[in-house]
Amino acid sequence: MAVRRYEQPGYSRNILDSGQALLVIVAGVLLIVAITDTAVADVTDVSAAIAFGALIAFGELLRLTLPGDREAAPIAAAGSLAYALLIRVQDMPARNSMQQVVAVAAVGMLIGALPHLAVGRPARLTSMAARLVAVACVAAVFRPLAGHQVISGHWWSALPVMLSLVVLAWLVEAAIAALVRTDVLRARFGVALADELRVQLPLGVAVGTSALLIAFAAEVMGLFAVAVFAAPLLVTQVALRRFAGIRATYLQTVRALARVTEIGGYVEAGHSARVSKLSVDIGRELGMPEADLLELEYAALMHDIGQLSLRDPIPGGATVLVSREEQRRIAEYGAEVIQQAKVLDSVADIVRRQSDPARMPNRADEPPLSSRIIRAANAFDDLVGSSVEPSRAAAAVERLRLDTAGEYDPAVVEALAALVARRP
Amino acid sequence: MGKLSKAAWLYIGAVIIAAALPIARGPFAEINWTAVITLGLLLAASESTATLLESRSLAWSANSVASLAAVVLTGPVGAALVACCTLLGIRRGPSPMQRLFNTGMYALSAYLAGQVFLLFGGQVGTPGTSSFPGIIGPYAAATVTHVAVNFALLQGVFWLAPTPRTTASRLDLGLLVTDVGYGALGVLIAALWEVLGPFTPVLVLIPLFVARWAVAQFAAQQRAYEATVSALCQAVETKDFYTRGHSERVSKGSVMIASEIGMHAERIAAIRFAGMLHDVGKLGVPTAVLQKTGRLTDDEYAAIQLHPMRGLDIVRDIGFLDEALAGIMHHHERIDGKGYPMGLAGDEIPEFARVLAVADAFDAMTSNRAYRGARPVSAAIAELRKCAGEQFDPAFVDAFVAAIDRDGWAEPQPVPGDNTEKALPADTDGQAGPLIIESL
Repeated sequence: MAVRRYEQPGYSRNILDSGQALLVIVAGVLLIVAITDTAVADVTDVSAAIAFGALIAFGELLRLTLPGDREAAPIAAAGSLAYALLIRVQDMPARNSMQQVVAVAAVGMLIGALPHLAVGRPARLTSMAARLVAVACVAAVFRPLAGHQVISGHWWSALPVMLSLVVLAWLVEAAIAALVRTDVLRARFGVALADELRVQLPLGVAVGTSALLIAFAAEVMGLFAVAVFAAPLLVTQVALRRFAGIRATYLQTVRALARVTEIGGYVEAGHSARVSKLSVDIGRELGMPEADLLELEYAALMHDIGQLSLRDPIPGGATVLVSREEQRRIAEYGAEVIQQAKVLDSVADIVRRQSDPARMPNRADEPPLSSRIIRAANAFDDLVGSSVEPSRAAAAVERLRLDTAGEYDPAVVEALAALVARRP
Repeated sequence: MGKLSKAAWLYIGAVIIAAALPIARGPFAEINWTAVITLGLLLAASESTATLLESRSLAWSANSVASLAAVVLTGPVGAALVACCTLLGIRRGPSPMQRLFNTGMYALSAYLAGQVFLLFGGQVGTPGTSSFPGIIGPYAAATVTHVAVNFALLQGVFWLAPTPRTTASRLDLGLLVTDVGYGALGVLIAALWEVLGPFTPVLVLIPLFVARWAVAQFAAQQRAYEATVSALCQAVETKDFYTRGHSERVSKGSVMIASEIGMHAERIAAIRFAGMLHDVGKLGVPTAVLQKTGRLTDDEYAAIQLHPMRGLDIVRDIGFLDEALAGIMHHHERIDGKGYPMGLAGDEIPEFARVLAVADAFDAMTSNRAYRGARPVSAAIAELRKCAGEQFDPAFVDAFVAAIDRDGWAEPQPVPGDNTEKALPADTDGQAGPLIIESL
């Protein structure tokens, strides 16, 4: 009997590790060079360094996880960008070098990260490294210019330069995050970059303007600008947390609804979770943007909720085995439940259309891609179940392929076939 | 409108006059008109993009930031003038009367904030490098004053012209802290005036939009909770149409009891959710058992008794339900310890569960069930009283009876036999006309 080797499904971990490791190494080298340089050349404007370092540490301490599993530290980011963009502190020209900016940002981030480590929350090095590299880019461009007459003379000449640097920081951070995501999730880089740019735009705008305002305000208020500005930043941070909580609430609700069908004995335990995971993988394989993937995930988790309207559960919960009419009725009831959660309207639509055949005589009548994916993923799971037998999966894919003339979308089935083939 | 009491009219008039007087008196000599006009425009812009709070009756805009910047730049009268630009805000919703009141309220808040600023030794005028940190203390006092006066004036209206859905507690503490926090942007505008001049408000617009977004999250959170609860409710009713409206009515009954015994507003909100979701575990009970008309076998009865635990299984991970979970799990416990699932007795039973038990039993008695018709309210009350001390907590039975005596009870509509037709639960909440107050 041959010995079967079990491996992690999906991506190869080596490539992933090397990509992220490179980023962390770059940030680490930056950090060491910056700190040694600063130590050798002596810290200039010590009080400013301490004030901004404190703000950065404070912001890092309050870092939060935003929807899509993104780590953000908006206060720290605003603080370090402001420090990089400083022109004058009251009447004194700011003389902090690029190295000093990086050193202060790095030390602040490390100090702020320590309490997280102490309570056992592991540091996400890639995210911190991305933020540090973005600040370093801005500082590298702006610090040599800061003392120049053209910049320090009038606000209207400084403003465009500062604005474009803030945009640069946003681009750099988004690009790095997209690279990391491409690595981890096997997303396409183009799609991932578009996602990152879109998701980080609002936060980037808020952080960027905060940084600009702190830098300008420091000319009059001195370092009190840092303290005064911390108040609105803090309130915004609380709102961001609330925002993340809202998204979590929706996910918890969707999970609860998905659990309902399992607890009620309508579907086999684990079915919803498997269909959801498979659907998202197919969607990603087909290059769907993140916002659509989220809706797809929700819809797939809840795709069987309409079965609650049945007096008796379908044996095994396999909707693939019941009549088209019945399938449509189940989908309709499911959509009605989901519609109660008003924000999930498009999710309801995906669930409603899942029973429609993927190919229609008239293209305009075809259900949305997400519905077609769920239809195929659901049929696959009904056929394969929790079995990990490769031959069974291959047979199921073959059966779906036979139906690509009408029932299933050929592109979806091919993506599914590719995923199945990649499984060990 | 139109239904306001005389006292409310007097109050609104008094606020407007109190705001108009100082503005009419001046002095106008030292007013920085550039600042007044620019900040007035900023205020009108933020007023035009106000965001609605939880209920439709309250809106939030970042007006205080512009007024507070004016306090520093041109003093109390100038600040009141800037606040008057509330009238220029273009947004649908507030009636002319509301606009006038809002304007008066903001102008008065700004004027008083300006006086407090002076009282604490603040210097009016564009702050220079020497003004810091001296200006921060007086400015903080002015900010707190602005928020407090604004809050107090609004409370006055709620008190004199109560509306069904706007209770005083709606203005929660988090919002006040948010207001004070964003108030800091005002001194920033004043300080940047030295560097950027009248261009400052343009740069500050973005943080103001961020503030607006932040406040909108309060309402979004509330919507998320409501959506969660109604989706789960709909799921229960999809399965067992006989209970249609039951969850809603139990929820209403629980809230009546909770308010009667003076429960804290946050807990009342939680018990509302608990009432809506108390039977969510029925999703885990076979439909045939739920809708059976004859006598239940022991096995079927056991299946029904599982529903509180099943309910907990389903909603356990929904973070915000918190205390409601205990209510869902224990709403079939009895005071004498003969209930299920745990057989808890007396005070061991969570308060929420004891409240739910009363409302649940009452609605079960007064509505049609598969196995019997509805009973009249008086009979149900008599039954509750009879079982107080054995099945129910007597204190909550008394509270419920008192609340029903005062406010009445909307008996459920007959449930239609056809399960595709949608029957909305009886809702007799006196939704009295449009609500009158906007702003904070």
